[in-house]
Amino acid sequence: MKFSGTQSYVATDDLKLAVNAAITLERPLLVKGEPGTGKTMLAEQLAESFGARLITWHIKSTTKAHQGLYEYDAVSRLRDSQLNADKVHDVRNYINKGKLWEAFESDERVILLIDEIDKADIEFPNDLLQEIDKMEFYVYETDETIKAKHRPIIIITSNNEKELPDAFLRRCFFHYIAFPDRNTLQKIVDVHYPNISQSLVSEALDVFFDVRKVPGLKKKPSTSELVDWLKLLMADNISEAALRERDVTKAIPPLAGALVKNEQDVMLLERLAFMSRRTNR
Amino acid sequence: MLLNLFNEMRAAKVPVSVRELLDLINALKHNVVFADMDEFYYVARAILVKDERHYDKFDRAFAAYFKGIENLDQHIEALIPDEWLRREFERSLSDEERAQIESLGGLDKLIEAFKQRLEEQKGKHQGGNKWIGTGGTSPFGSGGYNPEGFRLGEDGKRQGKAVKVWDQREYKNLDDQVELGTRNIKVALRRLRKFARQGAEDEFDLSGTIDHTARDGGLLNIQMRPERRNTVKLLILFDIGGSMDAHVKVCEELFSACKTEFKHMEYYYFHNFIYESVWKNNLRRGSERTSTQDLLHKYGADYKVIFIGDAAMAPYEVTQAGGSVEHWNEEPGYVWMQRFMQKFKKLIWINPYPKHTWDYTASTSIIRELVEDEMYPLTIEGLEEGMRYLAK
Repeated sequence: MKFSGTQSYVATDDLKLAVNAAITLERPLLVKGEPGTGKTMLAEQLAESFGARLITWHIKSTTKAHQGLYEYDAVSRLRDSQLNADKVHDVRNYINKGKLWEAFESDERVILLIDEIDKADIEFPNDLLQEIDKMEFYVYETDETIKAKHRPIIIITSNNEKELPDAFLRRCFFHYIAFPDRNTLQKIVDVHYPNISQSLVSEALDVFFDVRKVPGLKKKPSTSELVDWLKLLMADNISEAALRERDVTKAIPPLAGALVKNEQDVMLLERLAFMSRRTNR
Repeated sequence: MLLNLFNEMRAAKVPVSVRELLDLINALKHNVVFADMDEFYYVARAILVKDERHYDKFDRAFAAYFKGIENLDQHIEALIPDEWLRREFERSLSDEERAQIESLGGLDKLIEAFKQRLEEQKGKHQGGNKWIGTGGTSPFGSGGYNPEGFRLGEDGKRQGKAVKVWDQREYKNLDDQVELGTRNIKVALRRLRKFARQGAEDEFDLSGTIDHTARDGGLLNIQMRPERRNTVKLLILFDIGGSMDAHVKVCEELFSACKTEFKHMEYYYFHNFIYESVWKNNLRRGSERTSTQDLLHKYGADYKVIFIGDAAMAPYEVTQAGGSVEHWNEEPGYVWMQRFMQKFKKLIWINPYPKHTWDYTASTSIIRELVEDEMYPLTIEGLEEGMRYLAK
């Protein structure tokens, strides 16, 4: 199994190698990077390119590790016991399988995406060490061990909000998706909008990189913002000429709302625009 | 196989363990890459490095290894020009010379003498600068030694500083009674708090009781749990005296806020930069000192370390053995700082000078690089940012 990008996803060489190393050695791959550089997309595209099922486990601040394994619904068992229901005698009826269990018992190799692991409690990754290492876990209530039939390909994404424990990191391979350079971006745009005019893309990329260069932006626009913005530009039929005249009067690029998501950042752009207009006068 | 590469990584302080090495060898065994330098680099990086902030160190070690350079340390040593190792400055600060200068007629003459030395030093700096810039492996940072920056911001002040130290003036302890204006700081510090349950079980756990009662099929099963406590441990090191005098008030406020906010908080003082000893009581700084080595052993890696200082000093105070303005230090300050960086996972430097002035002082750039860019201004915003990093 070798991953080499898909029709709608441009993977750089280093990403491909990291993914392939992780697949070959059956290790989870931890992916970090600026928001919007395609971390979650990677898992989706992997699933597509291998034709495998994708199981996604979205992590929230309240997520606990055992929820990924299974949950024992004791309260409904208690209720059933009051109602004298028959199924109360078998504890299995009250065990709800989690995403890891689902991935482990699958009959074919699946892709398991653990999305935004840094959102969870700081102990969360530590609680998953054994499960990720051995790909098995123990169910106390039924006294059985669940072992992966096929070790799933695990992709873990992190936005770097919390640091992950060393013991966990040692078990993963790591890749940092750097912000793509111009050539890669061009490729990404081509993949998403094959019919777009090249001169529009080139102008738009100029504007895009200019905006990224503005010092002090709270959130720099990233790949996904660029892709959205181009979509808007095309929908609005904005010509490349309109993009080019940005320097004098219309200092803010058209439809900038797609690029800059933060009120303060919009203010900053406007202020810079105002200043450049004054100096040009 | 690859053992030298592994050692090179360890020497460059990339946190790699045997497990990663075995993984890498295993990857080669499985032919993930074959006979392609670039691909090997990518795979080695994915396997050995677990955090993007180590990428730079990894790159340096990787380059050093494949250039066949045995040891990065020697490499660095070789890049430091000899002139740097000469200690013109402390010699000029020695007792005899001080007496000499005083006999020459006090401060004005002293400044002249210093200026002369500085001229001399500048010439050497420029020579050195090139080396350090192109080598890229020096811990001292490229472009840090800008002679322009020196001349503009530092000259007069530095001399003043040294005179103060000579006078051995007594510094008073930072007062932690200041309450006014500390609220903002407290709010920022609150980010650091992390609650965990520790100690004896003495609190009624409602949801636990319900859960266990349900599990037991309706028989009451009372659950207790320990109380929640703030478990953050803090080690604070204050730069005191000299150029820090101007910032005493802000630091006092900060100190006072810290004191009430944290249970596990230890503080020590140092002067200008961290060397082999620190002290707790400024009045007895001469007699009661704690060895920095003890500090490193005593406090666990889970302590969060905050240095508070202006980081404005002569570069040799950081980079040279014997560079301290107060005493003869056997090991250069940066070695001690590296030990701190190695031991403690979370370390920041809080600088009372505004951020935009940092680039003008060579030593600030050096220290900033030493603490891996975790330097924050002593403003509410800077504090918040710093605390966010510490709490991560």
